[in-house]
Amino acid sequence: MNGQETIRVEISDHKRIGRLADRAFSILGLFATTVGLAVLLVLLIDVFIDGYPRLGWDFLTQYPSRKPENAGILSAWVGTAWLMVLTALIAFPLGVASATYLEEYGRKSWLTGFIEINIANLAGVPSIIYGLLGLGLFVRGLNLGRSVLAGAATLAILVLPIVILASRESIRAIPASIREASYALGASKWQTIRHQVLPAAMPGILTGTILAMSRAIGETAPLITIGALTYVAFVPTPPVSLEPPFIHPQGLFDAFTALPIQVFNWVSRPQKAFSINAAAGIIILLIITFVMNGIAVYLRHRYQKKIRW
Amino acid sequence: MIEGALFLSALLSVFITVGIIGVLLFETVSFFGEVSILDFLTDTEWTPLFADKHFGILPLFTGTFLTTLIAMAVSLPIGLISAIYLSEYASDRLRTTAKPFLEILAAIPTVVYGYFALLFVTPLLQKIIPDLSGFNALSPGIVMGIMIIPIISSLSEDAMHAVPNGLREGGYALGSTRLQVALRVVLPAAFSGVAASFILGISRAVGETMIVAVAAGLQPRLTLNPFVPVETVTAYIVQVSLGDTPAGTIEYRTIFAAGMSLFVVTFLLNIISYSLRKRFREVYE
Repeated sequence: MNGQETIRVEISDHKRIGRLADRAFSILGLFATTVGLAVLLVLLIDVFIDGYPRLGWDFLTQYPSRKPENAGILSAWVGTAWLMVLTALIAFPLGVASATYLEEYGRKSWLTGFIEINIANLAGVPSIIYGLLGLGLFVRGLNLGRSVLAGAATLAILVLPIVILASRESIRAIPASIREASYALGASKWQTIRHQVLPAAMPGILTGTILAMSRAIGETAPLITIGALTYVAFVPTPPVSLEPPFIHPQGLFDAFTALPIQVFNWVSRPQKAFSINAAAGIIILLIITFVMNGIAVYLRHRYQKKIRW
Repeated sequence: MIEGALFLSALLSVFITVGIIGVLLFETVSFFGEVSILDFLTDTEWTPLFADKHFGILPLFTGTFLTTLIAMAVSLPIGLISAIYLSEYASDRLRTTAKPFLEILAAIPTVVYGYFALLFVTPLLQKIIPDLSGFNALSPGIVMGIMIIPIISSLSEDAMHAVPNGLREGGYALGSTRLQVALRVVLPAAFSGVAASFILGISRAVGETMIVAVAAGLQPRLTLNPFVPVETVTAYIVQVSLGDTPAGTIEYRTIFAAGMSLFVVTFLLNIISYSLRKRFREVYE
């Protein structure tokens, strides 16, 4: 074998090994990408098998009980419904207002730069720290006690960065021509924002808000930290009734529990019957979470397709 | 007027940070009025809830360190390989379908992962490792790692995707294989973004609460043995909050001191991650 041939053989060896490594890596990569999904599937199947037999009308309409077969999630889901409505009512206006300022009014300055870094940082603060903030500020500081209002305020602060970031992105995507057309018709800056920019950005803002709420609904640690109860056999006073005075704000100050807390409570008990209840509670929690995520994805998809500037 | 109101809402996020630091600092300072910082950082026992009180945070730190280490050992290789695959190998169609599915993993409430770790993964592991305790660091660590995969794969993939094609074509022109281009050209070029995703993953693992509160046991223990019950900083806060601890007591203040340590660590990690991410954006966009 002369020198040239040796080199040729080495090169083709090299190529073969390279191609083999390439092939091996693409299989490894596919495996790495699907392993998370496989675990997700196992988790869903496991929870479904454990919890499905326990699901039923009773489970939704009964209070928790010492007897696992009688225990239900009434106080938990009502508490979660309260939390979600209040959290959205607090986080949505604040988030949109903040995003509007940063996108439409804020000039590049050290202050807006600082606010931006600050929001990015808040998004990474562990949720349990928000629980400590809620405990110090709302429960003790403002004396709201371990009320549903204190819980909602804590969750609203927790998801605020998500709402702000999503709203900013959505507002930024509105082209300048829309604003200029509005100015050309004599509209003021606020009129332009109020009647052109915000309505056009609303699908994106709503998508972000729904995603934020789907995050809030599963949060357990901050609510435990502010002292949400784990065993509650009542629901907050309903906000409206048919008798005068019709509106009852005192429900805001009632103690509460929530779905993920009820699940946590049941998981921590050693008896098998309670972990079955936990699995059933998880099924309900996951259904709500997935439906919210599904709506958000649908909204995003729909408006991305429809609007062509 | 309207501008002023909007400005105030924008400023609210700054007030929140100030509020967090203020609340944590206030209680932490009173805590250190009663316990010396030296004891806090060097004592090897954490027993604030017992009659014989010790306030050494080390057992909680090792608990957090251990579970975080296990989580990263799972999520780092899997997330990175998956990111390289999605960015350099997969078709656009696979890439755009896989990402939302992976993000479902991040949308699942963490208490659900806790259930899964305690009642599915631990019994499974016990069949392989008979000595494994019913509560341990291994199982929640692994489950936490799986939860963190999408953070790492998604952010790393973004960073690698942003690397201009010219660099890749240069590599191919020199006769490199796909894998060589991926590992020696794209990965180094996207390094700051990839590193940012790792650090963000670590920060998530350090702050994760419910998985470890459910499945790791609530026993502070100075150990790096993954088979025995441990307690993390976050799980301790949950444990105290579940009891009826009156405000103003030393037990009540311990959770703020623990929270302060947690906040400082995650804050530093987040700032590093943020500045790294900013750097890769500046280079390629």
